[in-house]
Amino acid sequence: MGFFANPVLWASTLTLTVPIALAAIGATFSERGGVVNIAMEGLMEVGALIAVVVAAATRDAWLGAAAGTAAGALAAVLLGWASLHLRADQIVTGMAVNVLFTGLTSAGGLTGFLLVALYGQNGTPVTTPQLPLWRIPGLDAVPFLGQVLSGQIAVFYIFLALLVAAQFALFRTRWGLRLRSVGENPHAADSLGVGVIGLKWQGVLISGALSGLAGAYLSIGTLNLYNTGMVAGRGFIALAAVIVGGWNPAGAALVSLVFGFLTAATYQLQTASALPKNLVLMIPYLVTIVVLAAFARRVRAPAADGVVYEPRA
Amino acid sequence: MSVDGASAPAQAAVVRPAWHEAGWVHTVGAILLALVVGTGVLAASGTNPLTAYAALLSGAFGGTYALATTLVDSLPLMLVGVGVALTFQAGLVNIGGEAQYVIGCIAAAAVGIALPHLAPAAHIPLALLAAMGAGAVLGLVPGVLKAYLNVNEVVSTLMLSYATVYFGHYLLEQGPMSVSIYENQSAPIAQTAVLPLLLPGTQLSWGLVLAPVLAVAVSFFLYRTTTGFGLRMMGHNPRAARYAGVAVAPLTVLAMTVSGALGGLGGGVQILGNYHALFDGFTDNYGFTAFVVALMARNNPYGVLLASLLFGTLANGGSAMQATTGVSPAILDVIEGLIIFFIAADRIVAWMLGRRRGGGATAQPAAAEVAS
Repeated sequence: MGFFANPVLWASTLTLTVPIALAAIGATFSERGGVVNIAMEGLMEVGALIAVVVAAATRDAWLGAAAGTAAGALAAVLLGWASLHLRADQIVTGMAVNVLFTGLTSAGGLTGFLLVALYGQNGTPVTTPQLPLWRIPGLDAVPFLGQVLSGQIAVFYIFLALLVAAQFALFRTRWGLRLRSVGENPHAADSLGVGVIGLKWQGVLISGALSGLAGAYLSIGTLNLYNTGMVAGRGFIALAAVIVGGWNPAGAALVSLVFGFLTAATYQLQTASALPKNLVLMIPYLVTIVVLAAFARRVRAPAADGVVYEPRA
Repeated sequence: MSVDGASAPAQAAVVRPAWHEAGWVHTVGAILLALVVGTGVLAASGTNPLTAYAALLSGAFGGTYALATTLVDSLPLMLVGVGVALTFQAGLVNIGGEAQYVIGCIAAAAVGIALPHLAPAAHIPLALLAAMGAGAVLGLVPGVLKAYLNVNEVVSTLMLSYATVYFGHYLLEQGPMSVSIYENQSAPIAQTAVLPLLLPGTQLSWGLVLAPVLAVAVSFFLYRTTTGFGLRMMGHNPRAARYAGVAVAPLTVLAMTVSGALGGLGGGVQILGNYHALFDGFTDNYGFTAFVVALMARNNPYGVLLASLLFGTLANGGSAMQATTGVSPAILDVIEGLIIFFIAADRIVAWMLGRRRGGGATAQPAAAEVAS
């Protein structure tokens, strides 16, 4: 099949996977620690905006990416503070963070407000630098694989390293065991001397940072500009990836890959087939529901995910 | 996946007032607090907050037309929001309002266009029933998936919403409902399907009457019937509800289906009463906003009416504010986000109210079982 043999399809699959997978991997830490994070959409939007602002001001895309990552973590402080110290409902707080940063209209919430306040109606500077594409020596020369795996946006390779590190940290370290115990039964963990609130904070901040990096990938990786609403639902798709992936970084990345593939395939189909564009665009969402229906019985959320933690006096 | 096996014992349920049971004083406090912060943001960006708020208020309430438009902007939120609140009460985090609203718009428009020779007394109810039926199906699907296949409703309703919005684009962008290849809109509905106006000279239709009627009906169902009690119990503590003999799975399906029908009705009323045709961008995010409205109303059907009015005020007044002062309507998103934040984190408000007993502790979220 010529369709599947096209390296462009697979290269764009990977490109489209990264932002969803980064946010999803981050959220596995938050949720394994028992804090439901449905605010990725808003956090990614913040990361995307700040990355452009800093990259444009310093003329350094890497500084932009770092700033976007930090901004995502900083914005996640709202979620952590409300859910861990004010004991607020995490779903409501998460939605509040989304509305605050992205809004319910095309105006774009706080990110839209800042965009206009900083740059007026002209949009972000056209001179904003972009993250480099990395060519992998050796791999570059391999037919097909080289076209797919080499020459991706630099953050793609960082993402691969982060994925391995995340899987290892969560399931092969003492810290990961403690974080997971906090998400399963915080009172038991507490009675064993595990610092519950501190670990939950770490999960939330990791989630914020990776959401911010995912946003930076969108704004100064795939493009060199910021537009309100450019995250376009990827934060929510990442949430789906966390759940379908069984609250597991590798699982979340795999589901993100499936979604990335479906999206890349729909782009190809749009140009290649006679099917109406909008019907093709429905496919990834419907497939996600089907996949979820097929596998949902097998995954189990951390037992105390979303439950407000009340320390015993 | 990897911590299966040793399933942790259920946490002893701490019975505390949930965030959605705190008093209305906290809601008003949250709104005021959000306005204070919003005022700070306005001032910091160099706008006179008083001028901005004055423009907002006169845009929303200055004269019959402005007032009617505010109600027009609130109406879809009321209808969809009451349904969403019903599912919240059952502990279901239903983000499917958008899908149901959109399919309701489509179904009502289809019936309104396709049957031009009916009497209004038949045409209007038929179109609204079609909208409710279509919405109900898009509630039923995630309901069944949740009840019997353990599919997380946050994800399924969200995915359905995205898919349905694309379906609407498909119908209009050179699709079967577009009137010509140059215009992304449908033919107008027949005059016999148009909801009569409540206030001539405005866009406010008799559809408005449905909102309080439905709020009363849903509230009666929730607080005065056994099924409603079971549903609320399920929202509070699904495990206890199951032990008490509440049929959790069928009730889940019921709540999602009824909510879907109301969401569809919201779309139907919008088409028959206001838009009279489908056009690209007809969704206006009303379904997603209704989710936020229901949160703000703390899941109370009457609260939904008030919260919808507030959002309608901000939407309608926001345009006037932008026209007068040039302030981006994004500031209103910020204020809305802050209101919801302060409602969730109502310890802040409780503290500001002088640490009054009661409202401070918020536990047992509506969504405690969000991912189980």
